[in-house]
Formats: sequence, C-alpha cells, structure tokens
Amino acid sequence: MNLLDLLIALPAAGFLAALLIPRSSENGVRMLALGLSVAIFLLSLGLVGPVSAAGGGRHFETNVPWVEAPSIRYHVGIDGLSLWLIVLSTLLTPVCVLISWRYIDKRVKEYYAFLLLLECGMIGVFASLDLFLFYVFWEVTLVPMYFLIGIWGHDRRIYATVKFFLYTMAGSVLMLAAIIYLYTRTGTFDYTVIQSLLATGRLTLSHAEQAPLFWAFFVAFAIKVPLWPLHTWLPDAHVEAPTAGSVMLASVMLKMGTYGIMRFCLPLFGNAAREFAPWIVACSLIGIIVGALVAMVQPNMKKLVAYSSVSHLGFVVLGIFSFNQPGLDGAAYQMLNHGISTGALFMLVGMLYERRHSLEIASYGGVASVAPKLTALFMITTLASIGLPVLNNFVGEFLVLQGAALANFNWAVYAATGVILSACYMLWMFQRAFLGETPEAVRRHVGDINMREMAAMAPMVILMVWMGVWTQTFLGSIGAANARILEQSKVNVEYQVREATPAASGAQGVHGGN
Amino acid sequence: MATSFAFPSAQEYIRFLPEMILIAAGTLSMALEGLAGDGHRRGTAFLAILAILAASAGAVYAGANPGPAFSDFLIIDGFATFFRLLILTVGALSVLCSASYFTREEADSGEYYALILYSLAGQCILATANELIMVFLGLEISSIATYILAGYLRNDARNNESAIKYFLLGSFATAFLLYGVAWIYGITGTTNLSGIRAAMAEPAVASAPWIVGGAAALLFVGFAFKVSAAPFQAWTPDVYQGAAAPVTAFMSAGPKAAAFAVFIRVFLTGFHGMGDRWEPVVWASALATMVIGNFAALTQQNIKRMLAYSSIAHAGYVLVAVTAHSKVGTEAAMFYLAAYAFMNIGAFAIISHFARKGEKYVRVDDLAGLAARQPVTAALFTVYLLSLIGVPLTAGFFGKFYIFKAALDSNLIWLTVLGLLNSAVAAYYYLRILVVMYFHEPGEAVESATPASFGTQVVLWGSAAAILALGFFPSLLLDFARQSATLMR
Repeated sequence: MNLLDLLIALPAAGFLAALLIPRSSENGVRMLALGLSVAIFLLSLGLVGPVSAAGGGRHFETNVPWVEAPSIRYHVGIDGLSLWLIVLSTLLTPVCVLISWRYIDKRVKEYYAFLLLLECGMIGVFASLDLFLFYVFWEVTLVPMYFLIGIWGHDRRIYATVKFFLYTMAGSVLMLAAIIYLYTRTGTFDYTVIQSLLATGRLTLSHAEQAPLFWAFFVAFAIKVPLWPLHTWLPDAHVEAPTAGSVMLASVMLKMGTYGIMRFCLPLFGNAAREFAPWIVACSLIGIIVGALVAMVQPNMKKLVAYSSVSHLGFVVLGIFSFNQPGLDGAAYQMLNHGISTGALFMLVGMLYERRHSLEIASYGGVASVAPKLTALFMITTLASIGLPVLNNFVGEFLVLQGAALANFNWAVYAATGVILSACYMLWMFQRAFLGETPEAVRRHVGDINMREMAAMAPMVILMVWMGVWTQTFLGSIGAANARILEQSKVNVEYQVREATPAASGAQGVHGGN
Repeated sequence: MATSFAFPSAQEYIRFLPEMILIAAGTLSMALEGLAGDGHRRGTAFLAILAILAASAGAVYAGANPGPAFSDFLIIDGFATFFRLLILTVGALSVLCSASYFTREEADSGEYYALILYSLAGQCILATANELIMVFLGLEISSIATYILAGYLRNDARNNESAIKYFLLGSFATAFLLYGVAWIYGITGTTNLSGIRAAMAEPAVASAPWIVGGAAALLFVGFAFKVSAAPFQAWTPDVYQGAAAPVTAFMSAGPKAAAFAVFIRVFLTGFHGMGDRWEPVVWASALATMVIGNFAALTQQNIKRMLAYSSIAHAGYVLVAVTAHSKVGTEAAMFYLAAYAFMNIGAFAIISHFARKGEKYVRVDDLAGLAARQPVTAALFTVYLLSLIGVPLTAGFFGKFYIFKAALDSNLIWLTVLGLLNSAVAAYYYLRILVVMYFHEPGEAVESATPASFGTQVVLWGSAAAILALGFFPSLLLDFARQSATLMR
C-alpha cells in the first residue's frame, strides 16, 4: 500500500468513522472531518516531489486483481496531469469543511460523511488506470453529491439534484457500454495494457468502431464538463447546492469531464477525436461566448458564476481539441485555475449569502464600506477570474489561445471575445454589489469575514498568485504528461499522413482504409 | 425414454431430498396447526425456517451427487443446485418478514407457511425438471400454492382481486404451455429435453421448422407469463399490488427465478439448435419488457405498484441475458436473479413493516422524512434502491454489468445500448423514493412508525450485507454461477 492507496482509503475510512460517531456530538464530526481532510492534504503533498522530479511516466502504481473473471483490477497510478487534480481535490475538501462549519446545522454527521466519500471518489477517478475501476469511482462521486444538493441545498434543490443525477447517469451508461465493448475486443479493462496494445498495433480500432466508441465516452464527459449544449443541469445544480457543494462541483467534479477527455478520448480514439474536433470546437466556442453573454444578464450571483463556468470550461475543451502542446498544457492549467478561482468565487458568494440570505445582486451594494477584507478578497478573485496578468487564469488562457491559434487562428479570435466578456460581467457584478450606496439591510447584516473564513480563503488567494507567477511548479510535470497523451493520440490515426504534409491534405483523398 | 420399469435407487431419492423435506414439513405444519392451540402459531414459522434450512442442506448434498433421477424426469446438475439454493433463500427471507406482518393482520396461521413450503417444493422441481411433464407439474405445484398465497387475507378485497386475476390469467397461460407440450410430443414423440434436442436434429423434424417453432412459441407464452415478460406482463402490477406485501416479496423473487430457470433450461437445451430462430422473438420481448416496465413505473404513486413495474423491467434485463443464449449469458442471468432477490426482498420487507395494519401506508409519499426519524432503516433502503438503480459497489451493478457484457459478447449491440439507457430512465423512479425519504419533512406515517421486528431486521441487514458483499466481491457468487452454468444435457 503506497501513498496513493492511502489517499484513496483514508477518506473512505473517514466516511465510515463519521457514520459511527453518535449523532449528538456534532463538533466531533466536524473536528474529525477537518483533521482528516487536512491530514490527507498534507499527505497528498508527498505525491508532488516524486512525480515532478521524474518528469513523464506513471508513479505510485498499485496493480492487484479485484475480480478474477472478467478480469477487473485495482490498478491506480498517477502522472503529472492527475497529480495536480488530486492535490486540488485534497486541498478543497478541508476548505469546504471550514466554510460549512456554521452554515450546516442539520444532519451534520451525514454531511461530513458524504463530503469525505466524495473526496474518495474524486481521488479515485483521477488515479484509476483500469477502465472499470474508473467507471466505479466515476459513479461513486454521484451519490454523495446527489445527497449534498438534495438535503442541504436551497429551495429548488430536489429538481436540481434529480436533474444532475439523471443527466450524469444517462451519459455514463453509454460509457459503460463502450468500456465493455473495449473489453470484448481486448479481454482487459486495464488501460495501460490497452494502450500498449494500441501502441504496438496489436489492437486497431477501425473507423466504424472508433466513432461510436468516441462519442459514448465523449458524451459522458461532455455532460460533466459541461459542454454547450449539454450544460443545462449545471446552473440548476450550482444555484441550489450548498456552498461546499457548489465549490466541489465547480472546482473538481467538472474537471472529471475534461480529465476524462484528455486521459481516455484522445489516446484511445485519436482518429475520431481529430475527425470530430471541428464540431466539438464549435460547441466549445459557442459555450465560451453564450456562457459569458448569459452570465452577463443574470441577476443571481451564483447563477452568474455558474454560467461563467460554462464559458471557462469552453476554453479547456478548446485547448484540448487544438491537439498541440500549448493547447493541452493550457487546458490542464486552466482546469486547476478554474478550480481555484471559481471555487473561491463560490465561497465568497456563499459567505455573502450566510450574512444577507440573498443571492440577488440587487440585494447588495456598497459592501466595500462594511466588509473591506471580504471586498478585497472578492476583488482579487474577480481579477484572477477575468485573466489579469500575474494571476493564475492569465497563464492558462494565454496558453489555450496560443494553442488554438496554432491550430486555427479564427478559433483564437472567437475565444478571445470570451475573455473580454468575462471582464464585463465580473466587473459589473463587482461594481453593483460592492461599490456605491450601502443599503440599510446590507449595513445591518453584512459583517467582515472572520478568522475561520480567512483560513479557508487564504490558500486560494495564495495559489492565485503562485500559479500566476511560478508556473513551472505545475507546468513542468503537466507538460510531460501532456506530451505523452499527445504522442499516444497519434497512434492508430489515419490523419498522421495529413499532419505530416499539410499542403497535400487536399490531395489525400484516401482516409477510409485502415 | 425408460423402456422397462425399475425402482429408483437410493441415490435418486437423495437427489430429490429437498423437495421431500419441504413437502413433509408443509404437511406437518398443516397437521400441527390443527393440533396446537392459538398460542403456538410462532412455532410453525420456526418449523418452516428449519425445513428450509434442512432442504438447503439437502440441496447441497444432492448437488454433490449430480445426475438424473427417476428415469431422467429430473436432473440434478449445478444449475439446478444454484436455483434450488436461491429459491430456498428467497423462501427463508420471505418467511422471516412474514411472521410479524401476519400477526399484525391477525392472520398468522400454519397454512400460510405450509403454502410457502409447497410453493418452494414446486419451484425446486422446476429448477430440476428435465422433462416437460415435470415442468408442468412443478409449475402447477408452485402456482396453485402461490395463487392461494396471493389471496391469503381472504377478507381483504384487494387480496381477492389479486388472487382471482392471478389464477385466471395464470391458468390460461399454463394451458398454452400444456398445448405446447402436446405439440412437442406430437412432433418428437418425447417430452424429455435431451430427447427433444436429439429429435430436433433429425431431418424429418428439421424440415418442418414452423411446426417446431409453433410449439416453441406456445411454450414461450407460458414462460413469458410466469416471468412477466412483455407482452404477457399485464397481470403483474395488479397482482403484486393486491397481494400482502411479504407475499409480493416472495412472488417477485422465488417463482420468477424458478420460471427463469426452466425457461433457460428448456430453450438452451431442448430448443438450443434453433437458437437463431427464437433469438429475435426474445430480443423483442426483452426490449419491450424493459421499456414497458420502466416507463410505466415512472408515474406510479403506490410503492408496491412501482416495484411491480420495476420487477417487469428487471425481468427484461434477465431476458437480455437469455437472448444472448450463451454460457456467459446463463451465468449473468443466474447472478442477476440472485442479486435481484436480495434487493427486492429487502425493499418489500421495509414496505411490509412500514405499511402498518391493513397496508395503510403504501404510497411513495408516505415515506416522507423516513431518514430523519429512522436513519438506519432509510440507509438500508438506500442500499437496495442504489442496487436496483445499478450504482457501482452494489450487487445490482455487477448484475447489470454481467448481463450487458454477455449481450455484447453475443454481438447484441443495440439491445445493450437500449437496455443501458433504460436503466438510466429507471434511476428516476428509484430516486423518487430516495428524494421522499431524505429530502421531505416527516409526515404522519413516519412519525407513527415503530421499529421493525427481529425477523424483519434479519432480512433487512442480511439483504444489505449480501448486496454490498456481492458489490465488492462479485466473485463470491459468480464463481458458483460459472461452475453451475453448464447445463447437463
């Protein structure tokens, strides 16, 4: 049992432990959740050194059989891409525990139990190297989130949580069909084995196979991302979820979708991915622009941030389907950035809600004069979110735009309008909520943030700056992982011919045979 | 066919041990009922449990001595042993959650347990039948006992409706089956499954596929009715809703598993040679069964009726495995029926307990806020529901996984895709129960709920433990199914 296994096992143990604590000792559950999640975070930092130092390749691998036949293995391991998403998950769990400390006052023990179960599922998703195991963890995250939204959410929580569950489930059953189909072709669920079969040419997926398999995987992931036009569950789920639910959803669970695309869709079905890339890029560009425009007219803060997520995640998908190093690096970096800055935005909106009990922008105004520290944090987060240089989003957006421009310059032009629009809606919200006259209700209810909230926000703000300045901390290992993914995505691809000689692409009429 | 009469050997009686134990215990409890006074009724439930345990031991012992019995009328192979044990487990769980229910309804009597034991005996015969006359006998023994069980609370109008519907439609379906048996005998001159299989290959029979097809179709009607497969599923919701909840639990798991056992045995041995002909029929029936079950369940307000439609849908999943008509498909069907028995009986045990006298609280909305008042019961129900949905780490998930894997192995791509989409639709109505239990404020029904009796608790914890154990370690059961899935011909 190495460090990675421990990171998967500890939250699961915490889930059981939290369920066993007597209902009366609410603070006991809170302390357990906080202590355990902080410990898990500190342990997860132990992953960083070895993975960063070694560059590409897989680390912390464990590969033991789980079910004999059909052969399902507990096979986990991480590379630079999974590493940082795991660290993001382990960081946000204690943060979420902190921001829920006072807000969650009913069924406390179930709440923290589900939060820990969610953490287990998320780490498992990013660590799985067995397709079946991946699917199991993927579905396991669904259950705690279903309850987090359904029990502790706002007024329309039931509608939102059922919609969330069904959307995800509908997408993932198709992925399951594709996974089983791959098994019938290869006799294994082990992703590394399938990859080596592909790389050595012992497995070739014909065009007729690749297209449906690609879509079965991609739709499951695109729903999670969510890619326009499959995004409609997201605003509902975000608005109705409790703050920690929104943070987990936006910061980590959406990344499960983009991670899945990078980890599985590109390497396994590189051919189909390239073939359908124009359509997918079109969807992501529409998502970037429509998400931003819709965000602009939202009167509700959480909804605004939710639609901004649709726009931001459009960037990630655009970067992935640019099929070049800067595009993939930007996409991976943007996944982390969005996790930090949008997570922070949801936390700050949640703090406002706990004070004023409203999410309407119109209920606020002049918060700056009564809560200067909160305002300052909101300002930094806003600036990070709109991509101000020196802060984190700038780096990711720049790389994505660079990658998109290398693939097709027009893509970068359209995507860049999304950056401009994001400045409009974010700054406009900031102006309406934080500046100007201070209404009586705001003056009475909105106080500045306390030490606990500061402790939750501090790592987020530090990371915004760190990720904006010392990018090599992260990009080194991410780049190495992405280079491998890019390399794998060129196996079993008829388009190699076209890429090698772009000028001749028109003349290359024969792509059909394999 | 046996040409000369010979007394059966001791070995053959041993192979018939479980049925003999069940029949003897059933008759004994009827007799004791007359002798004992009102105060000793608990004794019959205890006797029934003991008889089922003894029969299970007998089934294991018989399974260790595989082979035919009584001039090839019965065959005891791994397949039969698997289903015998499954049926007996279902029987034990049903008895455990019946006792407190019928005490509450003031209808606790020995004949109930006798009927359960007779029904189990019939189902065990079905699981071992190697001969169409035995199939018919087993089916009738099982069905007649079950018809009476469905109407067991004879002063209750819904019970009467349930029994009469079940009886009339069931007899009609059995008539089809019997007519099919007659055709088969007319064509092949035998009712023995191996004999039929051999006769099918003969040129005279093989040249007239439509007559054989007609006979197979008549048998299919009979079996489809018993497993509630479309288009013969219409009786299920009314009967399941009307019968007493523990009886419904029993009906939806026991007789159904037995009917599937014989369905698989007849079609995979007798009619194996013409698999390509019946595959499209079962394909269409499987799809229709899943769609009708799942979509009709979406709008149900009564939990028993919802679970009745859900049981139709689950029969559809098993039919997908039958459509695959391969060894892998048989394994998958066996695993699934076992998984389904645990999750369904768990769910019905909660309903049996929760419904109160006269089944007052059987609407979905009555469960409102159960999690707030009885968190443990709600958590156990959640395990069953997640398993019914097919969420990973539950038995239901591996069941679905094996079935759709078998389907893809047999190249049934569309049936797999449509079946999996169906299981996503199904999530909606199971989630509704979760929504009501966890997200609504407690209502009157929950506030007045009492803790479950000991027998019910055993069923609840046992089912949940089995579901989770199979969800983490499916090999525990799958290995057994795999060794047993080879049909002895």
